[in-house]
Amino acid sequence: MKTLARRRKIVNAVMLSLTGVCTFVIIGILIVILGYLFWNGARYLNLDFFTRLPAPVGEKGGGMANAIVGSGKLLLLATLIGVPIGFLGGVYLAEFGRGVFPSLVRYTTDLLNGVPSIVIGIFAYAVVVQRMHHFSTLAGGLALGVMMIPIALRTTEEFLRSVPQSLREGAMALGASKSRTIATVVVPAAIQGILSGMMLDLARVAGETAPLLFTSFSNRFWSPGWNQPIAALPVMIYTYAIAPYEDWHRQAWAAGFVLLSLVLIVNIAARLILARSSAHHRR
Amino acid sequence: MSAALSAVASFDIRAFARRVRAGDQIAYLLTLICAASIFLVTCLLVYELWINSGLARHKFGWGFIITQTWDPVKEDFGALPFMFGTVVTSMVALLISVPVGIGAAIFLSEMALPRISDTFTFLIELLAAVPSVIYGLLGIFLLVPVLESAVVPALKGVLGFLPLFSGPFYGVSLLSAGIVLSLMIVPFIISVSREVLLSVPIEQREAALSLGSTRWETTWKVVVPYARRGIYGSIFLALARALGETMAVTMVIGNAPKLQSSLLAPGDSIASVIANQFTEATSDLYINALIELGLVLFALTIIINALARLLILTTGARIVK
Repeated sequence: MKTLARRRKIVNAVMLSLTGVCTFVIIGILIVILGYLFWNGARYLNLDFFTRLPAPVGEKGGGMANAIVGSGKLLLLATLIGVPIGFLGGVYLAEFGRGVFPSLVRYTTDLLNGVPSIVIGIFAYAVVVQRMHHFSTLAGGLALGVMMIPIALRTTEEFLRSVPQSLREGAMALGASKSRTIATVVVPAAIQGILSGMMLDLARVAGETAPLLFTSFSNRFWSPGWNQPIAALPVMIYTYAIAPYEDWHRQAWAAGFVLLSLVLIVNIAARLILARSSAHHRR
Repeated sequence: MSAALSAVASFDIRAFARRVRAGDQIAYLLTLICAASIFLVTCLLVYELWINSGLARHKFGWGFIITQTWDPVKEDFGALPFMFGTVVTSMVALLISVPVGIGAAIFLSEMALPRISDTFTFLIELLAAVPSVIYGLLGIFLLVPVLESAVVPALKGVLGFLPLFSGPFYGVSLLSAGIVLSLMIVPFIISVSREVLLSVPIEQREAALSLGSTRWETTWKVVVPYARRGIYGSIFLALARALGETMAVTMVIGNAPKLQSSLLAPGDSIASVIANQFTEATSDLYINALIELGLVLFALTIIINALARLLILTTGARIVK
């Protein structure tokens, strides 16, 4: 009897400490990889990286100014496509959505969210690149935009639903129409949550590489307008990392540093906004 | 007085109501169009995948998914080596990340103080925000050297007699891809499992503890079984991620379309062959075969995702009851 009790105690202690070990291993790995990346990236980062074009193959030096601007342009296009559709679709689901069609939309949104990014790339290739017969900024922006829609839509719906029903009733009782209620009462009440959701969404597609490989392709020069191939930071990291040149590897680290810093800053900012707004509501 | 009265009289309440209703109708239509466009985009996606893989589907039929050869020169294409690579790397990833992930989820929901739990979960969710290409970069320059110099020699010393760990090791391999994938999916397993575990009613724990169970027995025999389906759901969700993951895998898998028994040999996955060869594909049939691979990947992830959602939904329903 006594040995059984002791065995149970030992099993208890061992297993519970193992779960702790699991957690600390993962946190440890997180710190190691982020530390390694930031250490390497900061070592190889210099002003040229932000101001100069990539050097011709074989020459040392050069930067990724075109890729930084390129990523910006692609993300701008993606936002213009993904955010309005996602937001308005979310308003539909939260405010008008009852019945069969809305649940169909909800289901396809989840489905679209689960589609691998490379398949979205094929889609944009088939719709834009194949019809226009060349790679373009437009195609890349479309691919990223389509990727943004599902999360934009579901976060909008979720935060609108969390607005108390009494606010809507109050506005309607004062004689406001439904659209006016939504625009001036419901959406403003949920705006912080929606905004932070959109920021997380943008940070997610900012690091996407696979859908850009054969839509916006890449470019070692500036890409004027919207109709030519364009460089993007993640694609540059990929090409530079698998290339056989030491100098390119160093630039890949620098680019990784810049990309990850941006993504993490946006992520943390979004989560802070969210935490502050929910604390505010609780009060 | 009479001026005010006539002003009220001239205010046409019906016209006003009509205008309000028209505004509502416009808002309704506008949002409906946006919602419908998501449905249309998804349909268009399936349609484009289907139409653009037509040549390959007609030429190879169902044999496509059981054919081993991938020969762009002779234009003979089969998906089997890539499906094999995708499944093997995902399985390696699950073997590593499921025990560790569930262990960590148990720690975060059952053991840690709420503040510590929240902080750690925040950090782990940041791990999920790291772009795939960055994992690839770290895979090439950090993981592969470590595997080459320390882990694989030790592994071969102990388990080298198994065909699973035989043959030379070049750094890039199915094993490396599986390890990178495991890091990428573990945050999903942890954050979903933790949520599910936290939603188990406190009475379940109290009842088990009052019957004399230890903390671990309560967790393992009462709390975890109660949350079982949600945990399975998190694993399926992670699996769907792993199947479709492209860049990190492409960078460390080695890109060799062969079937092999050793995890140390280079392989290839569906997503990575598409990423690698799409821009090089010269003939229509070649591109069609790659798009058909995309269709296969699409179907796989849809099925796994649907299963995951079903599992998580049914737990949700049970907890609400």
